[in-house]
Amino acid sequence: MGSAYDIMRAVNPPRGAFLDFPLGHTTGKPNQPDLQIEILRSALNCFNTMSEPGSIQTLSYQWDADGAWKKEVFEKEDERLPRDAAPQYQNEKDRARAEAGDISALGLCGCEMCTLSH
Amino acid sequence: MHIEYMKLMNQLYTSMGYSAYQWVKNDDTPPWQALRKPLSEARLALLASGGIYVTGQTAFHYKDDTSYRAIPKNIRTEDLRATHFAYDLTAARGDPNSVFPIDSLRGLVSEGFIGELCEHVYTFMGGIYSSRRVKEELAPSLTERLQEDRADIVLLVPC
Repeated sequence: MGSAYDIMRAVNPPRGAFLDFPLGHTTGKPNQPDLQIEILRSALNCFNTMSEPGSIQTLSYQWDADGAWKKEVFEKEDERLPRDAAPQYQNEKDRARAEAGDISALGLCGCEMCTLSH
Repeated sequence: MHIEYMKLMNQLYTSMGYSAYQWVKNDDTPPWQALRKPLSEARLALLASGGIYVTGQTAFHYKDDTSYRAIPKNIRTEDLRATHFAYDLTAARGDPNSVFPIDSLRGLVSEGFIGELCEHVYTFMGGIYSSRRVKEELAPSLTERLQEDRADIVLLVPC
């Protein structure tokens, strides 16, 4: 499932579910669990309904009533961050944990698959 | 009206003096596999490129990072983090389910809409400029994981 129709069309997956939301919200609006689960149910239901390779189903959810968000996309400055090979942690606590090898958040799993980077 | 992201990016690159980005374009009919079992019995694999990691794991970097992270399916949502250079992280950092539908999928398993999730879900940072490296490095390793996990269906969530 994705939120960039033209890119999805070009990549041409076997089955596509298109959610017309701003980038960064591919699977729903934040903190709206009921909406998120409905979106996922609709997307996965494509496995039941599609029979043509390369089909893209547009999901029937709208970000806002008048589509005003789409105008803002064109007015936005390029905010992308510089690129280098240093890990980009969300916060310094994460960095400290990773550098100390503290994998307690992985819980009982903690297997090699999830403790290592691949 | 769909936003023309490819055109928008091409204009941005031109204005920055870069040469045109080589978008992946697959013109052949994609491969097709009908479901072998109903969704309610299927084991689902999640692959998401929103740069999600667990606190304690090494975060992704922004220079053609073709690594991936395996995350246990029962991870606490509050231990998930997001890092990515090309999309606004506000929503994902406030609620990872905006780009990584782990709670939605766990809910659909509880309801019986899907059978189960694979033991691990897989994440990477999708801003990889070299599609050749994705094809030659990242995709084959993830395919191997999905085969070992015996996934029946795969949900891809690009960012």
